Order: sequence, then structure tokens, then C-alpha cells
Amino acid sequence: MRRFWTALTVLALAAATTACSDGGGGGSGGNTPGVTDTDILVGTHMPLTGPAAAGYSKIAPATRAYFDYVNANGGVHGRKITYKIMDDTYNPATTQQVVRELVLQDKVFAILNGLGTATHTGVLDFLRTNRVPDLFVASGSRSWNQPDKYPGTFGFNVDYTVEGKILATHVKQDQAGKKVCFLGQDDDFGRDFLAGVEKVLGPVAAKQSYVTSNPNVGPQLGALKQAGCQVVMLATVPGFTALSLGTAAKIGFRPQFVVSQVGADISTLTRQLGPAARLTEGLVSANYLPLSTDDANPWIQLFKKVNTQHNGTAEFDNNVVYGMAVGYLFVQSLQTAGKNLTRDALIAAVEKGGFQGAGFAPLRFSSSNHSGYGGEQLTRVQGGKQAYFGDVLETDDGDGAVRAYRTPPAAPPANGIPAAA
Amino acid sequence: MDRFVFLTFDGLSRGAVYAAFALALVLIWRATRIVNFAQGAMAVATAYAGYSVSAATGSYWLGFGVAVLAGIVLGTVTERVVMRFVDHSSPLNEVVVALGLVLVIQGVLGMIYGNEFRPAAAPFSRDAFTVGGVALLSRFDLFVFAAVGAVVAALALLFTRTDTGLRMRASAFAPDVSRLLGVNVGGMLTLGWALAAAVGSLAGMLVLPTELGLHPNAMDIVFVSSFTAAVVGGLDSAVGSVVGGLVVGLLLSYVSGYLGATVAPIAVLVLLVVVLLGRPGGLFGRSAARAV
Amino acid sequence: MTTGGGKSGESGESGMTVLRYLMWTVFAAALIVVLTYALPPFRTYQLATVGAYLCVTAGLTVLTGLNGQLSLGHGALMATGAYTVALVQDGLAGRGQWTLLVSVLAAIGTTTVVGGVVGLAAARLRGPYLAGLTLAVAVVVPAVASTWDETFNSDQGLSVVLDPPPGTVPFERWQAWLAWAGALVTMVALTVLVRGRFGREMRAVRDDETAARLAGVSVGRTQVLAFVVSAACAGLGGALFAVLAQSVSPGAFPLSLSLFLLMAIVIGGLGSLAGALWGAVLLVALPAVAHSVTEGIDAQRLEGNLPLALFGLTLIVVMLAAPGGIASLRPFRRPFARLRRKT
Repeated sequence: MRRFWTALTVLALAAATTACSDGGGGGSGGNTPGVTDTDILVGTHMPLTGPAAAGYSKIAPATRAYFDYVNANGGVHGRKITYKIMDDTYNPATTQQVVRELVLQDKVFAILNGLGTATHTGVLDFLRTNRVPDLFVASGSRSWNQPDKYPGTFGFNVDYTVEGKILATHVKQDQAGKKVCFLGQDDDFGRDFLAGVEKVLGPVAAKQSYVTSNPNVGPQLGALKQAGCQVVMLATVPGFTALSLGTAAKIGFRPQFVVSQVGADISTLTRQLGPAARLTEGLVSANYLPLSTDDANPWIQLFKKVNTQHNGTAEFDNNVVYGMAVGYLFVQSLQTAGKNLTRDALIAAVEKGGFQGAGFAPLRFSSSNHSGYGGEQLTRVQGGKQAYFGDVLETDDGDGAVRAYRTPPAAPPANGIPAAA
Repeated sequence: MDRFVFLTFDGLSRGAVYAAFALALVLIWRATRIVNFAQGAMAVATAYAGYSVSAATGSYWLGFGVAVLAGIVLGTVTERVVMRFVDHSSPLNEVVVALGLVLVIQGVLGMIYGNEFRPAAAPFSRDAFTVGGVALLSRFDLFVFAAVGAVVAALALLFTRTDTGLRMRASAFAPDVSRLLGVNVGGMLTLGWALAAAVGSLAGMLVLPTELGLHPNAMDIVFVSSFTAAVVGGLDSAVGSVVGGLVVGLLLSYVSGYLGATVAPIAVLVLLVVVLLGRPGGLFGRSAARAV
Repeated sequence: MTTGGGKSGESGESGMTVLRYLMWTVFAAALIVVLTYALPPFRTYQLATVGAYLCVTAGLTVLTGLNGQLSLGHGALMATGAYTVALVQDGLAGRGQWTLLVSVLAAIGTTTVVGGVVGLAAARLRGPYLAGLTLAVAVVVPAVASTWDETFNSDQGLSVVLDPPPGTVPFERWQAWLAWAGALVTMVALTVLVRGRFGREMRAVRDDETAARLAGVSVGRTQVLAFVVSAACAGLGGALFAVLAQSVSPGAFPLSLSLFLLMAIVIGGLGSLAGALWGAVLLVALPAVAHSVTEGIDAQRLEGNLPLALFGLTLIVVMLAAPGGIASLRPFRRPFARLRRKT
């Protein structure tokens, strides 16, 4: 017992020492945390290690690379952006710790692009209580669009229900009369996606689910094969898309696969499938950002330049494009918020709307709408390359129709940095 | 009926890879009386080495050989450099050091290769032969069965028919007496680690093509399933670990197929409770777990 | 099998002792309160996390260190407590601060029952077989959450409804008080238990089951009881975790949590309550230190991976340098030995 108290005293002394040494915290020049005349400090949480890190671990460094590019060209209103990336290994308990560290200790101005539904859901209340802007969450959950409950939280991704509706509309037109089935992750991702699909197609012929802790989808695909499915819609993360394609081939099951954007990045799939990459041929998916392989696209040209100059020439894939698109949209928001930067000004700037960013689908931020991109364009893999086809489609997560969206995409400014509004 | 046949073969081919890895756990348990929690991470590390060589030379089998060889080296180094210096008064010290090793290996692999999935190629086709529209086994599954059978036979020979095997078992059970009898106990421990790591690497090369791919954490879940398999079969029995592996594989397949994938871990827990309450030393263990 | 803890059977439970425990507890509580005023909010939150971990590590070190039963499933027991708090708080939402006490007691109750069931099975098993069973318990959490998803809401988890702290107390300070109230109660309860007859019986069973049986100790009963006590502590710790995080989800209780708990008590010093405190501190501090040490290094693949490797390396080095754990190191071992009163 006595040793316990001794230990406690020693620790208390140590704690008190650190308290004296780091009392100052982050740079607070004015009243706004994380903002000085020369700097803006922004933080994020991402899985950099562990099983969930595949693909995702490239996003935040790409965002930082874009910020470095902006900083090298004079910053935003004379301020340089520092992006602090915290590894949460996709564990919600760790997310709690690192987000509190960012907000309470480092005193970040905002949290940007925190990744994951279960992980980020846990910190919503904390961020609201501390009035921290929570911009462009990296997940397609509908939870981010609750302006009354969480006025500072905004989405970025197309939500899973919208995506399910758009992909199902394609199936309805292109694969009329075929038997449509579903395999999805056993959480909001799978459920919301299926809800969208069934809004358009009615009940699917067969549905199966998987959990990430059991990497064998043999029984599920076996059941779909026996049910005579001709189209299989997948709400899967990239690893399980690859696994599903491989397993289906193994048992001689060759339906048309229609895959959520979340799990359809062709470079990730090709890398993982290796010699079996031909299995991706004909795969249908959708996206709302320029594809990394589209060299003619001005955004891709810009992002490739940034990648070479500031990202240590990381392998250029759609995750890098995503990270930089997030960075661009954030800089655009900062520019609009103006020289006198406060948290309220930033949120007002985003709600004012009118942004397009690098995406070509509608972005309709307003005081009553905090959801991310509201539509997608279909992609198909042909000759090992993913390419867009058809119109850009938009819809809502309710019963609204799926319509074509005709506004042309924005072009990046010549210097690659959004202008001040 | 078709469904049952399909799930049975799916479960057997899964079970075979669990069995392969469970064999490595049994080997090190028999040789050193510890459960090597780092076995999975070590196998992944050697698989990375193997696939790097395969990629550079274009030869799968060269990479395969390198992986197994790397296993021997890594096992030897781990025992000589780290495990030998761990205080053995509490078996938990070894467990904690092994867990530390897992983190080091995963961190280093992440630094070298990145935390991305990489393809883990199989030497034979994974397309299953189908009979009457029902997919049964692939060439690769047959290769796994053959390899597991060969390892079981080799281990049985080693431990029951050779002096070295006898010395290894003696060193594990009674190190002090063995030392007095002139057995090179330290050498036997090193040998045990080297052999177990080699079997682990071989198992890794069999398991990884059936998983999501090559990743620093690729064996985490396999470790849990295989450890379960080894416990069900009895950690002292090579045959037990094969049976345990097949039982776990079949159970996971049936439960996922008939009840849903989410229920599978609950079924595994129930299996463990039922087996261990009946036989506290596993199916093939000698039931001497209780003294009185 | 163990170090430390073995020398504590010397004192009887006299009134003097009880008074001394009380004094020390008040002293410790005062220290915590002072700390929560001196530390900045994030450090206060970390302090609160140490308190919540301490409940679990203290219970686990009694089970593993003093009774010799290994558990890789304490993360799942924490989840049991955390989910109970989330559900009860949700059911009683808006009725005032007292509901939290009810929720925490309910959490301890539920976990005690679950611990009893696991303990009954565990008492028959030894070594790796016990490890295998408890490992299966640890990985069952996400499956349970998804199978009964109307109640537990699958991977998404539940949010924990909490009333704002009384008066103008900042949230982090309030959380630290709650966590340490739980931790101190746990420490006092375990100290009394360990020093009494039950503690002697646990150690007797650990050291030699046959001898213990000959001495009239019921081995099975002692083992199940030890598991129940340890589970109750884990349930309290899990409940406090739910209060700290204001949310519960299966991802927060992975297998690695159970393994880290085990590492914490071994590195801290197996079987000693002081070691449990060191372990709880390391669980919070070591990842943070590993991260901040590597912060200046800005290279793509090192991020996240270097801290991970450093964390692992530290575990190995500490285990090689101090096999008895931190609590056994000379500077921390009875620094007041000469002042020690013989009782």
C-alpha cells in the first residue's frame, strides 16, 4: 500500500512539472485558438497504422502537401497552415484521446477531415461543446448533416444512401430484368447504402453481410451464387472488394459487380489483387472527384505538380487526389472567411456556400445543409483503366428523384490557389 | 444439400491454413513451453522478404524458399538476442516481450513497405474444381493439404523418432535435469525457435494468399483463429492442431453460411467452452491438467 | 511466479490500520484535487484516463499476480461495464446527477455476473488453455454488438448521456474526480481484501494448489471469487471509460486493449498495486511520449510506424532490464523503509 502512495506522489510531482513546462499551449496571439498573424494550426485524426490504414494513411499527408504548396506561395491572408496529423489506428477510444490533445493541448483552430464513422461519431459532442469547427469529415455517414444538433460539423463524401440510389438507378436502366443482390459491411455503411438501393429497386433478391474481423466471404458469395444473382452490389472497403472479386472467381461466380466508391479505387484494387487484377474488368462504380489517371484534367495536373514538389512523389492515386481536394476546399473556406479569422467566420463562410472545389458534383452547403457532395458520375473499368461515362447524377438521401446535374465543373485557378472572395 | 457440400469444402480449405499455422504454435510450445504471441508478426516479416525476392527474381519458389530460410534466421536471432535474456521466473515476461516484438516488427514493416495491402500470389490456381455446379477445392487448397500433411509427418518423426526431438522435449519440460544429463539446453531452445519460426513462415506463405493480402497486420486475425485451433486440439499434439484447425474452419464456414458472419466469433467461444469444459487439455491433450 | 505483493500479510485488521487507510485515502484524494486545479485541461483528461485504467489494472494484477490466473479478456469485461452505463444512462436520461451512480453500480453488477460465468469456466483451466478461452472472450465484443444490434447498435456504438458537471466545474476536472473516486475506492477495497484471509488463500492457491487444498482452502471457490472481484473492477473501469469518452463502441475494446492491460501490469510489477498504478500511467503516457519524441521527424512512412516501433522496443528493454517490473526497481521500493513502523 505504501509503495502505491509513494508511486502516486512521484507521479504527481512529475505531472506538476509538466504542467509548469507546457502551460502555454499552442500559439494564441488573438482570441481565436490556433490562429496568429502568421500561422493557422489545424488538426486531424486518421488511421496511419493497423489494419484500417491501407489507402487511408495517404490522405492526410496529401492534404498537408497541398497546404505546403499554399504556404510556399504566400499562405492564406499571409498565414501559413500547419496540419497536425494524429494516428488513431481506427480505434474510437484513441480518437477521443488524440482529438482532445489537438483541441485542449495544441489548441487547434479546427479539426479537418477526421476519418471514420464510428471513430468520428464519438467526438462530435466534445467538438460541439468546445465550439471547434469540424470540417469535411471523411466518411459518407448521414450523421454529419445535423446542423441543429452539430452546427460546426460538415461532411465531404457523398453519403452512402445517395450513392446507393445513383448506382441502383444505373442498374435499373442498364441491367433491366436482372436479378440484383447485395453484399455489404455490417454497419451504417452497408445499411445506408442498401437503403438507397432499395429506394430505387425495391427489395433485392438476396443480401449478405460481412464483418472486417472475419476475412472470408466464401459462404456469403456461395449463397449469392446459389440464389442465381446476376448483379451484385457491393458496399465494401477496398480490401473486401478485392477479396470478393477473388472469391467469386474462385467459385466460378461471374456476376456484374457494382461497387461503392469507398471500395472501388482501381489502383488500390490492382495493387492488392496483383496478377488477378484482370478480375476488375467491367466493374462499375461512381465518383465525384477527377480520377488520378485522367492526365488531361487540369486538377490532376495541378495535384500532380503539388505531389512532386511537396509530397515526396508519393505514388499518385485517388487517395492523394482526395486529400488534396480536401485541402483545396479548406483553403477556399479560409479565403472566404477573410483576414479577420475566427471560428464563427469560418463556419459562416462554409455555410455561405458557392464552393465547388475540385469535385464536379453539387456541393450545397447552407445553414440547413451540412452534407458533402450531393451526386456522382458513373465509372467503369475497361482495359484495366477506370473511366467516367454518362451524366453526372444528383439526388438526396430521401425519396427525391435521381437527375442529371448539368453545371460544368470548376477549373482550378492558374496558380492553383483559390482566390480570396 | 449443395449448400452444405459447398460450405464443408470452404471450411476445410480455411481450416487447413489455420492448421498450418497452429502447427507452428504447437511446435514452439513443445520445444520451449511458451506460446509465441509474435509468431504471426514474424511470419508476416518473412513473407515480405519472400515476396520481395519473388518480385525481384520472378520466381515464386525462390521467394518461398527465402521466406522459410528467413524464418530460421529470424527465429534464431529472436531466441539468441532477446528471449534468452528474458527472466523466466514468470511466463508472462516472455508474453510481454513477444507482444513488444509484435509492435516493433509491425512498425518496422510499416516503415519499409507502408501500411498498404500488397498482393500475395499463390503458386497454383485458386479457381476451385466444380462438380455439378458446386465449387469444391482448388489446386492451391490441395497444395495446402499436402504441405500440412508433410509438416505433421516431419514433426511426428522429429519428436518421436530422433534423439534431437527427445532432447528438445526434455529441455522444455525439465531444463535443469536435462542440463545435468549433458543436453545442450540453450542449443535446443534455439533450435526450437528456429524450427517453429520456419514452420510459421511456411504457414504464412500458405495463409496469406487466402487473406486480404500482405500487410503488417495480416496475421493478427489468423493468429487468433489458429491459437483457438491449437487450444481446441491440445497444444501438445500436432495431430490435435490439425483437427482443431479443421474444426474451427468448418465451424466458421457453417455459421457464416447459415447464421451470418457476425455470429461466427460467438460460435468459436461456445466451441471453446464446450471442448475445454469436457477436456481442459484440449481434444488430444492428456487430461492431466488437474493434480487432485 | 510473481514478485512483490508477497510480503503484505503481516498486519491484522486492527482499528489502527483502518484509520491509516482512511488517512492515506484522504491524502491521495486531496492530491488529485490539487492536481486537477494545477494541470491544463488535456493533462487533467489524461489523469482521468489513468484513474479509469487503474481500476482495471489493479483488479487484473490481483487476479493474475496474486491468484495466478491469466486473463486476456479484460477488455471485454470493460466493454460490459461501458455498455451497461450507456444503456442505463439512456434509460434514466434527464433525472439528475444521481443516475450516474446507479449506472455505475449497475455496470459493476452486470460485469460481476459475467465475470462469475467466465470465472466458473476459467477455474478448470490452466496456462495457455485459460489464455485461449479468455482470448475468445476478448474478440467476441464486436460480434455481440452486431448480432444484437437493436440494443448495441453494431460497430457504430452508443453515445453516453451525461449531465453537465455541477456548478462551474470544467468537464475534464469533473471527469477526473469521478474516475479517481472510482480508482481510490478500488484501491482501498483491494488493499483490504488482499491483506486479509482471502488474499492469503489466493496466494496459497497460486503457489501450490495441492498444498492449499490440504490446508483446507477451496481452490475452485477461491479462483472463481478472484475472477469475480477482478471482473467487478474491470466493470467499474469500463464504466468510467464510458463516462470519459461519452460514447461506447466495439472498436474501443479491441483485442489489443486486453493485451495492453496485461503488458501494463507486468511492466508495472506483477501482483503489486503500486505496479498497477505504474502500468496505468504507462498505458496513457507511453504512446503519447513515443508520438511526441518522433514528432519532429517528417517522413511519410515513419508517421505512426516509428512511435509504434519505439513503444514495442521500450516494452522489450524494460522487461529485460527490470524483469520484476517498475515497482520492483530500487528507487521505488520502500524509500521510507527506515521510517516504517513495525505493526
